[in-house]
Amino acid sequence: MAMTMTQKILAAHAGLDEVKAGQLIMANLDFVLGNDITSPVAINEFHKAEFTEVFDKDKVTMVMDHFAPNKDIKAATQCKQCRDFCHEHKITHFYDVGKMGVEHALLPEKGLVAPGECIIGADSHTCTYGALGAFSTGVGSTDMCAGMAKGKAWFKVPSAIKFNITGSLPKYSSAKDVILHIIGMIGVDGALYRSMEFSGSGLKNLTMEDRLCISNMAIEAGAKNGIFAVDEVTLEYVKGRVDREFKIFEADADAEYDEIYNIDLSQIKPTVSFPHLPENAKTFDEFGDIKIDQSVIGSCTNGRIEDIRAAAEILKGRKVADGVRCIVIPATQAVYLQAMEEGLLKIFIDAGCVVSTPTCGPCLGGFMGILAKGERSVSTTNRNFVGRMGHPESEVYLASPYVAAASAVTGKISQPSELE
Amino acid sequence: MNAKGKVHKYGDNVDTDVIIPARYLNTSDHKELASHCMEDIDIDFTKKVKQGDIIVARSNFGCGSSREHAPIAIKASGISCVIATTFARIFYRNSINIGLPIIECAEASEKIDDGDEVEIDFESGIITNHTKNEQYQGQPFPDFLIDIINKGGLLNSLK
Repeated sequence: MAMTMTQKILAAHAGLDEVKAGQLIMANLDFVLGNDITSPVAINEFHKAEFTEVFDKDKVTMVMDHFAPNKDIKAATQCKQCRDFCHEHKITHFYDVGKMGVEHALLPEKGLVAPGECIIGADSHTCTYGALGAFSTGVGSTDMCAGMAKGKAWFKVPSAIKFNITGSLPKYSSAKDVILHIIGMIGVDGALYRSMEFSGSGLKNLTMEDRLCISNMAIEAGAKNGIFAVDEVTLEYVKGRVDREFKIFEADADAEYDEIYNIDLSQIKPTVSFPHLPENAKTFDEFGDIKIDQSVIGSCTNGRIEDIRAAAEILKGRKVADGVRCIVIPATQAVYLQAMEEGLLKIFIDAGCVVSTPTCGPCLGGFMGILAKGERSVSTTNRNFVGRMGHPESEVYLASPYVAAASAVTGKISQPSELE
Repeated sequence: MNAKGKVHKYGDNVDTDVIIPARYLNTSDHKELASHCMEDIDIDFTKKVKQGDIIVARSNFGCGSSREHAPIAIKASGISCVIATTFARIFYRNSINIGLPIIECAEASEKIDDGDEVEIDFESGIITNHTKNEQYQGQPFPDFLIDIINKGGLLNSLK
């Protein structure tokens, strides 16, 4: 029977020749991730279930990124619990302040995830690694605990929606606009329980960072995973990062898809998702002036070096508007260092932005940029739910780094062409 | 297994940020999480919820973050079952894994109103609305998941 790319990876990890949509399987895992807010729940369960050891100390990671550097005493206690656990179990890949970055930027960068692998993470944006051609999905803390202890997780084999990508992106349009456009088109549950599979002649025009951004937000369409076909771009990216063998899986030519969408990149315009759902995607011809109080540039969606460069390109020689706070958060230490070496941090500071150490902080309303009642932020993050960045009566508008930077300059939601 | 209680009704796309805002995720204490349950969508929820009550919502319940704190907060509030047209997939598996009963039923989600007295039979998937004197057929769990539930959750089933 013909299988999708996701189905092939799941079959291989369940020790089966084939699987079909709807089938429930137990799969072997290549990597298990947790962060400083989901791992403590998993650790509590680990102890309660009286497990004594992790299945593989090299295949479990905990990344202290959400409320770290510790925002308060409770956050510090949670990080300490993770630190103690990782020390006790000699976890190889424990990422604490100084080494950590936003987890979904960090793991691909460090070569901890590879094509064809089966990965779970107790964080919904674990779907990011689909960009590398891996099966990767977000789970909860109990699944994380089971994964840590046994190296296994249960899955219902998903059917898939195919996105046939053609063309290349116009200037100032970005991967973020592609995924916001797609979510606007299919809705926040448009891919519920299913895979989003990306392939086509336009893939070669999407960098790995573009793909990571797109896969990252598959969950915002309800998808189980968002996976890209493996090509030269993938292999070039993993070269020098991944030093173990990996397997490349391809969808069968006659694989069945629930739906097939054609996405012509050349038609993608700068897009903004309005409160309070990522599906409220609008292009600039659909709205007027929207004043902002804050602009956040960073996160697992858009905190990689290409994103930071895009924001710097717009902010170079310009000033952040009076009354606007612009917070730039390089997603990892390597991105931070690269941005420093390229002189980008100076551009931001000269423009009146603040540049933060890596953290998820403001994206989920943790710290480092919380909104007051009635305030509005444009943000390169991935969610704009009620109260996501602070007060339940604040608002988040999702956009690309180009748009977030241009908006910081004008004080209203703007595209770069408005600055020319 | 049965659940019976009074309904708290919500709409589409109830996300995990409103079920338990991230500002409270600096703890994993079940009671503390429950004390902020549904805070950003229904500020009075914690005052009015009683042991055994039922949440009914429309499509994509529990979308967003993977935080298990969301089903934990709901369960620790005393909620005995969540009925929805559909659940977001991470919330669905988290609920099974921690033992919060959930059931999908489009008809029930549409017809049940806030305050109705509702009873669910999990084996048959039949949902009885005592207030309206109606019955709806929900989607019972597949055997694979019943096995996990009967063994007392995922971790016990793996031992």
